Amino acid sequence: MSENRTPLVPDCEKVLLVQAELDGELDAAQAAALETHRAGCPICQAAQEELLRTRALLRREPYEATPDDVRARVMARLRQVEPQVVWSPASWSRPSRRNWGALWGSGVGFGLGAACAAAIAVLLVLPERNDLVDAVVADHIRALQPGHLEDVVSTDQHTVKPWFDGRIDFAPPVKDFAAEGFPLKGGRLDYLDNRPIAALVYQRDKHIIDLYVWPASGAPTHLTSDTNSHGAIQGYNVAHWTADGMNFWAVSDVERGQLDDFVAMWRKAP
Amino acid sequence: MPPLSRDDTFERVVLPHLDAAYNLARWLMRDPEAAEDVLQEAMVRALTYFASFKGVNPRAWLLQIVRNTAYGSMALNRGMQTVPIAEENDEAGAAELVSGDDDPEAALLRSRESRQVRALIAALPVELRETLVLREFEEFSYKEIAEATQTPIGTVMSRLWRARQLLAQAAAAEGLP
Repeated sequence: MSENRTPLVPDCEKVLLVQAELDGELDAAQAAALETHRAGCPICQAAQEELLRTRALLRREPYEATPDDVRARVMARLRQVEPQVVWSPASWSRPSRRNWGALWGSGVGFGLGAACAAAIAVLLVLPERNDLVDAVVADHIRALQPGHLEDVVSTDQHTVKPWFDGRIDFAPPVKDFAAEGFPLKGGRLDYLDNRPIAALVYQRDKHIIDLYVWPASGAPTHLTSDTNSHGAIQGYNVAHWTADGMNFWAVSDVERGQLDDFVAMWRKAP
Repeated sequence: MPPLSRDDTFERVVLPHLDAAYNLARWLMRDPEAAEDVLQEAMVRALTYFASFKGVNPRAWLLQIVRNTAYGSMALNRGMQTVPIAEENDEAGAAELVSGDDDPEAALLRSRESRQVRALIAALPVELRETLVLREFEEFSYKEIAEATQTPIGTVMSRLWRARQLLAQAAAAEGLP
């Protein structure tokens, strides 16, 4: 195979934008413009489906940790150069950006057509509940990277709520707790539990709280029956509850107690 | 070398990205021994030049070193036969995947698919392969890929597109879902 010989010139110049959207490279305005184009472009629709299939194929590939013997030889070699180099606990500290069981949903971002959502739902199966927790945390971590946090930036719940209209097939409840020290920062569309979902972004001091919301109807069978639970994954606190027919997942690196306060406030507020 | 402050030692800044370096070396070299040689050489270079590292993205910096080392090694060994990554890894890979799964049949099926997918990636031309691996496995942004591969962003986008098209076609030809 040679790069020059492959007859792979796209038939529509916009397919590279379709690809860029799936790679998280478009801002909300660009994505909206693309959505308008794609609605009438079968080439771009087909391209998106194929890109999603290819991604699903790759996302199943495990990320290999460096085998112990290889790492030992690397460290030995490094010590020849710099005797004090050691494999210390700090060397382990990097949070894995690659958690394949978990990350499948987070890259597909906003603007997914129903057909493509269905395509993913078929390809990607969440076998058990832990995967969903991991997916929620992984999405949160990914969202913290620059440019991924909010699609709509507004501290006004009356701006954020209508923004979801037409982008998602349910109306997520949006509440602001600026007075209580948890101001609303904005919202974004994400993809979890095989469906587009709403993510609300809150701030607590220097910490971000993501609140994921989607209808509990068509109940995800892998969820256990407890409707109010919490735990910690990779150092992130996670809280889950269901109310008014909606699933709620809150994820943040704020302290456990603060997240619990946030959840209690959320559940109590009208 | 000036003394490093406690917070920005090589151990703390660079070593956490050893797995990323290892994976990129594996994907670029395809042969495990050649990959380890590249990894060792790249890590030594990284240690040597670490004092002058002023950037904010140590992983991109390290992977650029791995890439340059790999290309240097490929230039030296040009013409030497390498073994595709999927073949020598069959048994270990299958065992690993089976062990973590409740359903051995499903796991075997997945591991067979996984070998196929890895072979398809390994068969891509190296410039497409590295772009795809950096994007899909390292989750680099286009800008990071452009920097790591010293390539314009437009070329990164078209290489990604070609890589994915080739992969999709090959996967379809092999009956992969």
